[in-house]
Amino acid sequence: MGVWIDSELCNGCKRCLKACPYDAVAMRGDKAVILEHCTACGACIEACRQDAVKTDVVAREIPDFSDHRGVWVLAEAQGGELNPVSLELLGEAQELARTLGQKVGVILPGWDIAGLAPTLARFGAAKICLAEDKALATYRVEIYTEIVAELVAEYKPDILLIGATSRGRELAPRLARRLKAGLTADCTMLEIDPDEKILLQTRPAFGGNVMATIASRYSRPQMATVRPGVMQPCECEGSQAEIINHLVKVPETPAVAAAKVLEVVREAKRKVRLNEAKVIVAGGRGTGGEMGFKLIEKLAEGFGGEVAGTRIAVEEGWVPVERQVGQTGQAVRPELYIACGISGAVQHRAGMQDSRYIIAINKDPGAPIFSVADWGIVGDLHQIIPEMLTQMAL
Amino acid sequence: MKIVVLIKQVPDTTEVKLDKKTGNLIREGVDSIVNPDDRQALELALQLKDDCQAMVTAVSMGPPQAVDVLSEALGMGCDAAVLLTDRAFAGADTWATSTTLGKAIEKIGDFDLILCGYQAIDGDTAQTGPQIAEYLGLPQACYVDNIENVEAGKITVTRRNDEGYERLSLTLPALLTVSKITVAPRYPMMGNLIDAGCEDAAIQIWNAVDIGALNSELGMEGSLTQVVKTFSPKTKRAGELLEGDVPEMVSELLGKVRQAHLI
Repeated sequence: MGVWIDSELCNGCKRCLKACPYDAVAMRGDKAVILEHCTACGACIEACRQDAVKTDVVAREIPDFSDHRGVWVLAEAQGGELNPVSLELLGEAQELARTLGQKVGVILPGWDIAGLAPTLARFGAAKICLAEDKALATYRVEIYTEIVAELVAEYKPDILLIGATSRGRELAPRLARRLKAGLTADCTMLEIDPDEKILLQTRPAFGGNVMATIASRYSRPQMATVRPGVMQPCECEGSQAEIINHLVKVPETPAVAAAKVLEVVREAKRKVRLNEAKVIVAGGRGTGGEMGFKLIEKLAEGFGGEVAGTRIAVEEGWVPVERQVGQTGQAVRPELYIACGISGAVQHRAGMQDSRYIIAINKDPGAPIFSVADWGIVGDLHQIIPEMLTQMAL
Repeated sequence: MKIVVLIKQVPDTTEVKLDKKTGNLIREGVDSIVNPDDRQALELALQLKDDCQAMVTAVSMGPPQAVDVLSEALGMGCDAAVLLTDRAFAGADTWATSTTLGKAIEKIGDFDLILCGYQAIDGDTAQTGPQIAEYLGLPQACYVDNIENVEAGKITVTRRNDEGYERLSLTLPALLTVSKITVAPRYPMMGNLIDAGCEDAAIQIWNAVDIGALNSELGMEGSLTQVVKTFSPKTKRAGELLEGDVPEMVSELLGKVRQAHLI
């Protein structure tokens, strides 16, 4: 099996080179050739206008999934409180459901959750399935997998969205494996393909410098996780929801029996909700360390905002992990985001580019951060920030 | 005690740069490394080897050159290594990858603990570990940063989450995904590295037939997700670069900030 190029037909347009997600097409002379590490994904076949890309890979048959309907959200609650990401996902689910002409459902497993149904309804759920049991008070991935898998099998959703929280990122893959369903992590954009009516799931990929759109054609539900802060909640007035109380029976599988939680420790400092801040001042590699971050702290204080950092800044220990913005941290959309000494890798941009206003301060005029900024200053933040503090009379 | 550590060869993404003209990734000259979280998984496994004579086998799925990460694992002190390499494995999503690694672990058969990194820096999905745990029907703990002890067929670990951390007890066999451990992973030892480079090095090479897998459940063909298209990240706004000396630029900037009622 494989993909090859008919050099007679190839006109050297390089469309296939650009289309290849794996960098597995190269030019030899004025003809394209497929390289060894090609995965036969077929992206070049669609891109070629000369019909020069040939394959012997047999197209897979797409099963009939017409019995799967509804855009469902797996909500998350703890101590009787909903995780805000659940409402954000419901906002997105409403959009997708409208496009598909389907309904929004929500599955909420947990304990002390009955009081949350009105909120779920207000934020767009038409069908609310509560799986309430004391055995679910302490989260364990093995038990939650059993309960949610049973409910998904019963309600057969077309799409299932899960928050990419620490729980969600652990539960979603195990659940997907159980359901024999495709799963895409940390999507930054979800849309419905107008022809196929399937979910197109876009996420940063390949080291983060490329965006990849992924589809799960061969399985249902189409599962995706989304980071907190990426989607917007949407309240709908006067909405009625059907509430189903699901009788929970925790099966005693070996995996369920094998895991015990000995202790749960909540650390107050980890609860920084950056996405509630109006102003965020963030630093990256270019801050050079603690001295740079001292300036950033002062500036944040001056704006009454929060301090944040890139993955590098967190890894260097300049800023705590709960203040990390980006693909592996939090997604934020403050009124004003001031990026200091941040080059702007796509993973970072994915977490801040929806801010209302963005200021970039960086020494390198070619830094990608300037392409998402409203206002940019090419210069050394160690000079710029003190000048800002002076002019703001701080 | 027998431990299997799953490791992945990844491009050193901290070195990856964009071609300014085409917007494509420049991969030439980018080093391949052991995925950072996987090195931490190796370190935890080797600590158990130091403490209780565990036997550690490193397993990697990838192209033939992924043998390098297994040599490094042997260099760090692993006892054996298995390279899963076959054209049929190429283009696998996490579903097909967890099938492949799951079958390889079944073939290894005798194990008490599986360790792998929390996530790989080239994909950042954190999906493969939990999916292997589910495939094998094992209990799992993700984001483990410390193994407290192994006693009477149980392992006690601490793991991070959004709120703080948890201490968990798992009956073995179990699967842990590892990140942010408190010590730096050890370096390979020169003597071990030289042994790992010898012809009789303890590296086995398995293909699809060896693990008893059908091509239809592997690689691109066996995947449930497909990449539909890729594109360069959109840039939404054209940045206005301010000009002048530092006080002028700052003054203009603060003027704009005030105009937008941000101060």
